[in-house]
Amino acid sequence: MPEITRDEVAHLANLARIDLSDAELDHLAPQLSVILESVASISGVAGDDVPPTSHALPLTNVFREDVVVPGLTPEQALSGAPEVEEQRFSVPRILGEEA
Amino acid sequence: MSDWTRKTAAELADALAAGETTSVEITQAHLDRIAAVDGAVHAFLHVDAEGALAQAAESDARRAAGTLLSVLDGVPIAVKDVLATNGLPTTCGSKILEGWVPPYDATVVRRLREAGLPILGKTNMDEFAMGSSTEHSAYGATHNPWDLDRIPGGSGGGSAAAVAAFEAPLALGTDTGGSIRQPGAVTGTVGHKPTYGGVSRYGLVALANSLDQVGPVTRTVLDSALLHEVIGGHDPLDSTSIDQPLPPLVDAAKQGADGDLTGVRIGVITELAGDGWQPGVMTRFQESVDLMVAAGAEVVEVSCPSFVHALATYYLILPAEASSNLAKFDAMRYGLRVWPEEGASAEEVMRATRDAGFGDEVKRRIILGTYALSSGYYDAYYGQAQKVRTLIARDFEAAFEKADVLVSPTAPTTAFKLGEKLDDPIAMYLNDLATIPANLAGVPGISVPSGLADEDGLPAGVQILAPALADDRCYRVGAALEAALLKQWGAPLLDKAPALEGPSA
Repeated sequence: MPEITRDEVAHLANLARIDLSDAELDHLAPQLSVILESVASISGVAGDDVPPTSHALPLTNVFREDVVVPGLTPEQALSGAPEVEEQRFSVPRILGEEA
Repeated sequence: MSDWTRKTAAELADALAAGETTSVEITQAHLDRIAAVDGAVHAFLHVDAEGALAQAAESDARRAAGTLLSVLDGVPIAVKDVLATNGLPTTCGSKILEGWVPPYDATVVRRLREAGLPILGKTNMDEFAMGSSTEHSAYGATHNPWDLDRIPGGSGGGSAAAVAAFEAPLALGTDTGGSIRQPGAVTGTVGHKPTYGGVSRYGLVALANSLDQVGPVTRTVLDSALLHEVIGGHDPLDSTSIDQPLPPLVDAAKQGADGDLTGVRIGVITELAGDGWQPGVMTRFQESVDLMVAAGAEVVEVSCPSFVHALATYYLILPAEASSNLAKFDAMRYGLRVWPEEGASAEEVMRATRDAGFGDEVKRRIILGTYALSSGYYDAYYGQAQKVRTLIARDFEAAFEKADVLVSPTAPTTAFKLGEKLDDPIAMYLNDLATIPANLAGVPGISVPSGLADEDGLPAGVQILAPALADDRCYRVGAALEAALLKQWGAPLLDKAPALEGPSA
C-alpha cells in the first residue's frame, strides 16, 4: 500500500473541490495514511472468481407508469437558493480569469 | 396526574384510546421535559413546539370525531435531522445546510403526518451521519443521559438520547453502519435497522445509498414494531424500495413478549467476540443468550470468516458513495455560499464553501472516497471491497442455514467519554465492528438493552440479526429477550438512569 502523501491529499482535495488550508493538510494527511493502511488489509481477500456486489438487492430496471405527478413550484424550488434573479438560480461566473 | 413522558408509545396510545388524556397534554408534557433537560442533553437541534401542539390539537379533534388515522395517532415523535421535513429546518448536523428548510417531506415523514403523529422537532447527529458519537455535529455534541460526560453513540445519538431522556416516546433514526443500533446499545434503548429496501429512503439525505436505511428508535421492542409498521412498505419514489408487504411486525413483537422461543435457532457469531470486547459487555451478552436458551431457544455457534474484513470494506464503500453524494453541495441551488473574494468564479466559490461548510470527518471521508475511486486505485480498493461484500453476504447466507437469527453484542464497549476518540478515526470506526456487516448484506437487525456493564454501570446492547425481509424475527426474539430481562430486573433498565433536572413524576 503506497502511503498517501501531503501532496496527494492536496490533489485529491482539489478534485473534490475543497480548499484545504496548510494547517488542515498537515492534520488530515497523516490521518488518511493511517486509515488507508488499515483498509489495505482487504487487498487480495477475494479472488477473481468472486463477483462484485454493488447493492444488497438484485433489482434492475425499476419502471413506473409514465404519468404526470405534481412537482415543486418554482417558488418552492428556489426557496433555498443563496441568490435568486428573475425566477432563476443566480450563480457566480462559470469561467475563470484565464479562460 | 401521570407523568406521560415515562410511558411507552403503546401505553400512550392505550391511554388516548381510553380517554385518560389528550394528545395536547401528552405533547405538552414532552415539550416541558425537553425544556427542562435538553440544555444538558442537547438531543434536539430544533424544537417545533407550536407545530407539534397544533398537530396534537388536530389529533384530539379527529379522536372526538371518530376519524383516527392510526393506532399511534396523537403520540408525538422526534425526527433525525437527516430527514427532509417540509417547513422545518433540516441541517444534517452540517454548517453547509444551516437554516435550510426543505420544500418537501421525506416519505417516512409524510407517513408520520398521515398517521397523525405530532412532530416534536429534529434531533442531533454526526455531520451527514458520519460518526459514532455525535461529536462530529457542527452544532455541538449530544450528551448521554446516563452520564453527561459520555457519548450517546452515533450518528443518531440525538434520537437515542431523546428517547432515553424521556424527551420523546418515539424517534426516527437512520442506520448506514450502525447509527440506529449502536446509539441504542449505549443509551439503554431499542433501535431497529430494517431490511434494505424495507423503508423508503426518499427524502433521506444520502450518506451511502447502498447502505442507508431509516428505522425506529424507541424504549421498547413493541414500540419499534408499531413505528416500523407506520413508516415501512413500498414507495414508488424510491426505486430501491421493495414492492411487497411488510411481514406482521407488531404481531411478532406480541408473540415474542409471551416469552416462548421453543424451536428458534440462535446463532452466536464466533468472530464478534474476543480481544477489544469489554468484559462487562460480554458478560451481559452471555446472560442474554442464556435467557434465550431458558426460553426454549437452541444455540448454535456460527462462523462468518469474512466479517473480519467488514470494517475495511465499509470504509472503502461508504466514502466512495459519500464523496459522490456530497458533490451536490456546490453552493449553487441551496445551502451555504461563501465568496472567497468579490467576483470569484463558481469553482472558487464551490471550494471555499465546501471548506467552510464541511467538518473534519466529512472532509476525511470525501478525500478517502475520491482516492478509492481514482483511476489506478479503483480495482485495488473499491472493486476489491465490492467483492468482499459478496463474501460477507455469502457468510450470512451460510449462517442463516444453521440459525434463524444471529446474535452478538451490538457494540464492543459501553459509552466512552466525549472527546476520547474524536481525533482518532480508527478508534472511532471500531465502534461499528458488529453492526456494519448487516448494512453490507442488507439484512435487518435490532438492538435491545442487555443490562449494565459491571465495570462502569453503563448500558450494553444485544444485536439480533435476521435474513432479508424477515424483520419479524428480530421483533419476536427481541421482545422475548426484553420480557425475560424485564422479569429479572423487575423494572425497565432506564429506571436506573439518572433523573436529570426534570419535572418530577
